[in-house]
This record gives sequence, C-alpha cells and structure tokens, in this order.
Amino acid sequence: MEVKETYNGTIREVTLGVGDKAVVVGGETALSFYTFEGVMPRKPVIAFDVYDEEPADWPAPVVEPYKDVLGDPVKWALKCQNEYGADMICLQLVSTNPTGTNRGAEEAAQTVKAVADAIDIPMIVYGTANVEKDTEVLAKAAEAAQGKNVLMGPIEEDNYKTIAAAALGFQQAGATHSPIDVNMAKQLNILATQLGLNADRIIIDPTTGALGYGLEYVYSVMERLRLAALTQNDSMTQMPIINTIGKEVWKAKEVKVSTEEEPAWGDAETRGIIWEAMTAIALLMAGSDILVMRHPKAVELTRDFMALMA
Amino acid sequence: MALTGIDIFKLLPKTNCQECGVPTCLAFAMKLAAGQAELSSCPHLSDDAKAALGEASAPPIRLVTMGSGDDAFKAGGELVMFRHDKTFFNPCGYALLIDDTSGASEIDGKLKQVNESHFVRVEQDLKADMVAVKCSSGKPETFVEIIEKVKAATSLPLILMSDNPEVIHAGMAVNGEAPLIYGANKDNYEKMADLAKTHKTALAVISDNGIDGLNDLVPKIEALGVKDLVLDPGYRNPKETLQSLVYMRRGALVKKIKAFGYPTIAFPVEETSDEMMETLLAGLYTCKYGSIIVVGNLKPQYALPLYVLRQNIYTDPQRPMQVKQGIYPIGTPNENSPVLVTTNFSLTYFIVTGEVEGSRVPAWMLIQDVEGLSVMTAWAAGKFVPEKIAPFIKGSGIEEKVKHRKLVIPGYLSQMSGELDDELEGWKVEVGPREAADLPAFLKAWSA
Ligand code: SF4
Repeated sequence: MEVKETYNGTIREVTLGVGDKAVVVGGETALSFYTFEGVMPRKPVIAFDVYDEEPADWPAPVVEPYKDVLGDPVKWALKCQNEYGADMICLQLVSTNPTGTNRGAEEAAQTVKAVADAIDIPMIVYGTANVEKDTEVLAKAAEAAQGKNVLMGPIEEDNYKTIAAAALGFQQAGATHSPIDVNMAKQLNILATQLGLNADRIIIDPTTGALGYGLEYVYSVMERLRLAALTQNDSMTQMPIINTIGKEVWKAKEVKVSTEEEPAWGDAETRGIIWEAMTAIALLMAGSDILVMRHPKAVELTRDFMALMA
Repeated sequence: MALTGIDIFKLLPKTNCQECGVPTCLAFAMKLAAGQAELSSCPHLSDDAKAALGEASAPPIRLVTMGSGDDAFKAGGELVMFRHDKTFFNPCGYALLIDDTSGASEIDGKLKQVNESHFVRVEQDLKADMVAVKCSSGKPETFVEIIEKVKAATSLPLILMSDNPEVIHAGMAVNGEAPLIYGANKDNYEKMADLAKTHKTALAVISDNGIDGLNDLVPKIEALGVKDLVLDPGYRNPKETLQSLVYMRRGALVKKIKAFGYPTIAFPVEETSDEMMETLLAGLYTCKYGSIIVVGNLKPQYALPLYVLRQNIYTDPQRPMQVKQGIYPIGTPNENSPVLVTTNFSLTYFIVTGEVEGSRVPAWMLIQDVEGLSVMTAWAAGKFVPEKIAPFIKGSGIEEKVKHRKLVIPGYLSQMSGELDDELEGWKVEVGPREAADLPAFLKAWSA
C-alpha cells in the first residue's frame, strides 16, 4: 500500500541574526509537519511584535502583558527576549507612517540601532508598507543594523530596487511582499535576485489575512507556493515564508469586542488568544516558517502545538 | 479515475424522463460525476451501462448522511487534496462528547454549550453538528438514561459510543434516528455490522494500528453489507492522526484504495486534556481531512474561532463569500454621519467595516451587490461603475437617513469620481483613502 508522496524540491535555509542566538529557518523537504514523508529539520520560529511607539489601537488582552514597556521599544524587546523567550523580535516602525506620527527615517533608524544593540536574538525590521516612506526608512534601518543580519521588509514591487539594494549593501535579509498571489510572489523574487540579493537571503511575505479576514486566501496561496517549491522544484518559490499574524488578528472585530459587549461570544481574552493561535496553526500547516505574534499565551500554545507535532 | 460527466452521459438513455429527480440525463450525469447522485436513481439503465458505470461512478469518498431533516449532517464526498484544486465540499462537523458517567450538572453544562454555540456570520449558520454520547459506565441503563436526556435537549444527530454491541443495541432502541454507531473493531465488527444494518445507521470503523488495520477491516465490514462507514485510524496523538488522515485522503483520491473511500473521525478530546489545545487540534483536523471532529468543549470563546476556521477552509475558492446588499449602520449613525459605499465581497466588507468600527465614528455603509467581487475586480467587470452605483444609491433609501448628500467612494476608484458626480444627481462624491487602514484618520477628519 503506497500512500507516500515523493517530493523533489527543498525549501532554502536562511540564517538570520548573528552569534549563538542566530536562527535558521526553512529546510523542509515535504509539506510542513508531514514528517512521515520528508524532513522538517527544525520548527518554525516565533517573532514577537514590538512597536517603535506606543500602539494606539491594541485591545486590552495584548496591552496587558506589555503595559509596563509599551512606550519603550528597547525595554519591550528585552521583555519579549528575557521573559517570554522570543526566538526573534519584529520591530515595526509604525511611527514612520505618514498618516500617523510621521517620524523621520533618521530617528527610526536610531530606534533600530538601540533595539538591535540591546537584544541578542535576531531581529526583523518592518516598515509600514507605505511604498515611498519605506524606501527611506528601511534604507536607513539597514545601515543602522549593519552587522546584525536582520530581516527587513516589506519589499514591494514598487520599491524593491532601493530596499533590496539596501539589504544587499548592508548584508541583511529581505522579506518580499506581494498581494496574496503566487505569480506576483515569484515575480518579485526574480526581480530581487536579478538585483543581486541572493535567493537564500529572501523570505516570502505572502500578505497575511487573519482567521475570518482572508485567512483562506493566504492559506491557499501558501499551499500553492509550497507545492510548486517541493513537487515542481520551482526555485523562485523555495524561500521560507513569514506571516505577520499579530497585526492582522488583533484588529479583527471578534477579537476586539469585550466580554461585556458580546457575552454570547464568551471570554474576550481567551477568544483573542485562540483567534491568534488558530490563525498560526492554519498557517503553520500551509507552510509558515516565521510567525510574528503578540499574545504570550497564544505564542505558548503555538509552541506546544509544534512540540506535539514534532 | 472516475469518468467525466460527458463520459457518463454517453451511457445514459438520453430520454430526459426525470425519474432520477433531475431535469435531464446530462444533469444527472454531471451529478454522478461530482459524487452527488447514486447510479441506482436511474431506473432505465442498460446492463452494459450499469457494468461500465458501476465502479467508475462511485465517488472516491462516499458521502455519508447522519441524522435527518434540518439537522442531518453530511460527511465525506470530497474530491481534492487541496482546496485550491477545486473546493472542499462538505464542511466537517463538530461533535461534543458527553460521557455517561459525568454528573448531571456537567452534562447540563455541555448541552448548554451545544445549544448556545450558535452564531451567524456572512449569512451562514455556524453551529455544532452532532453530540457524541459515550458509555463509560458499561451499563446499558445508564447509557439509555443519558441518551434520553440529550435527546430532550437537542435534535442534533448522535454518535453512540461503546465497543459493546449490547450497549449499542440498548442505545439504538431509544435513539430513533439514523446516527453513527462508534464503533466496530476487529473483535466486535460482525455484531456491530448487524446493528448498523438493522437500524440503517452509519458505522464507525476503529483500527488498532492506523491505516493498515482499516485496510484490513473495512473490506470485511463492506462484505457484510454495511455501506455507510466512517473511519478512525485509532491513534490518539496528533502526529500519527495527521499522518493517517493525509494517507487516507490521498489513498482514496489519488491511489484509488477503496477501503479509504469514506469520511473520517478524529478525537482531539482524547488527544489532550487542555481545552485550548483541544480547540487548536480541532482546527488542525479542520484543515487536514477530518470529517467528524469530536471535542469536549464548545464554549463560545472556543467554538466561534473554530467555526470561523471551518467557514474559511470550506469556502469555495471560485465563489467568494458574499454579504447581502443594503445599508449597514456601523455604531449608531445619525443624519449627519458619513456615508461610504463598497462592494459585497465579504473580505472587503469585513475589512472596511472593521476599520470603520475601529474608528468609533458612527457611519452608514452602503454595500452593493456585485456578485461578491472586490472593488477593483467589480470595477473592471463593469459591475461597480457610475451607471450601476448611482441607481443603487438612489434606490437604497439612504436619502431618508441622512440630511447631507456626500458619498465616500473607495480611494482606488478616484478616476470615476467626476463621472459618478454627474450620474448621481444631488450628491457630492468624495474620494476615500486607498487603504482601509487609513479610514479611521479619514473619518475622524470628515464632516458633513
Ligand atoms: S432517470 Fe435516467 S433516463 Fe430518466 S432522466 Fe434520469 S438519467 Fe435520464
């Protein structure tokens, strides 16, 4: 009875960070957690969201764990590293958003440097997906984090020339971001590699949708990317995948509404934790290698899940 | 592989007599090909056609119906490994486990969970599908008592769980409807098969060594004449359960192993004692090939995310979820509140209304039916264009709700604002932000 699938491709291994705490992601030779027919050499990693300014719109369950550090990205990052055992930090430069605080690139880069110097785990640096502003901000950030081997993104089709070049110039890795589309993801990887960024310095950000808010689209795009990578040996899909889950989940209505406002939905904190962990589990099965998350309990559950599956 | 609808059609009588309950032979052929009809529904087949179609028209995974009426639950009938290949057809079902040795208050609490974990989202009913009653007492009278209690509280189909045929026999006597017997193992399968046949009930087949055991046991039970089976590879750890579910789905669909051509059952409730983890494992089997998923808790904070995951995974990728056309008040808007228009693609609707809600600025959302397309796609398809939007706004009744006449359109449609201005008499068109995330700032600055 032969029911095993054979695969002919492998996901690239990408190293992020430096020193003892550097992480490697990728390396799968089968669909994720299909260890019965291929190798998953390591578990996916979890990065904690850290904002470079006090977040305005986080609901209570995710404010609570960080309430003593929310305005201070360095302390915040250290708390994630030391108390919650984060594999990585995802520093989100939200303060640079032109429709918000609109902080300048120089100032944002100082935060990047301060956080990078304070922690010893690897760092992800994310802009606000504002194509023009990110060009400036991420170029400076790449310089500020030189020597730290960070992952920077999102690199878009409209600004890859500058941002991928900055990643290349300062020896950082880049997250290529495309709008939930297999071909556009491939196309952007082709462009970035043609520019000189090595394929093993690229992570795919396929655009994450939370449970109930487009999860099914990213789920299927990731399955299709993985099948192309593993069964068709399609080089430009063989990068590890990152999913920015926290940011999407914690703005969903079902997560924001309090227990009092909607008693029929049950305890709000548990509901939010499950919403985040459930989004994580579905995307892990679809091929995620780096999950960016928020609630420490959701992270713990996701880790417990991976331990059960290993 | 199974024949195509056209292959099957060639072998049908082509008289369109409708006795199969379908308007034409062609339609019947299509249904057969999709595994949604039984060959025996056509009484006019030639023997040759029967022989040719018999094997080929059997769906690769049998569709098994449990219960009847509105609460009937259908499992199986799947045709693909990955939802992007077509779609997953029959949403998995969640069964809440009730143990007959539990105290009365615990049982009442569970029954309450079954009845209260009921939500409506994108006009779909999200709810539990079955109740599993497990005989841990070993006593038929206790089992019967609990079954009666459950039946008094819910009309959902039941799964009766015991490995003792006598206990199942007693349970079936009070059950009445066609539920699922759980189940047949290598020691009791003959008696269990008898019970399933007598009561016209589906039967779960329980392996003691994964898919090999099923491959051995299923043909024996089929030979006894039981048609509606549900398969349990028998592991109680997620790693091996996942492996078995993947192998069974692939075995049935790709490798044509007939013994695996049935719906599956998984037991997160027996794989962990932590209710959070249980919910996540139920999510795992929702993604990966569980047909019936038995859990020990359906409190709303767990049930809602689980049901929404099922809704996502089982959405047809070719036909996105849609919301109804109409006026949606967000917060408690008044005659001076902003008016925004967008399409009825559920994702657009969710994201836009989510941002509007988050802004805490009460507003009127006008949702136009464009067959579930996103803003840009609907525009490109000529469905979300000035000539269509204007009559929708005029006919929506919004003019009775607001005093002002300012309409906010999605930022991506800025190029049509002039034309819509002309088309929409008495209104002034304003271009909103391109990204939904920028709506709160936009709304806070907006004034009538
Ligand atoms: S019953 Fe048979 S012959 Fe009559 S319409 Fe249906 S398929 Fe055709």
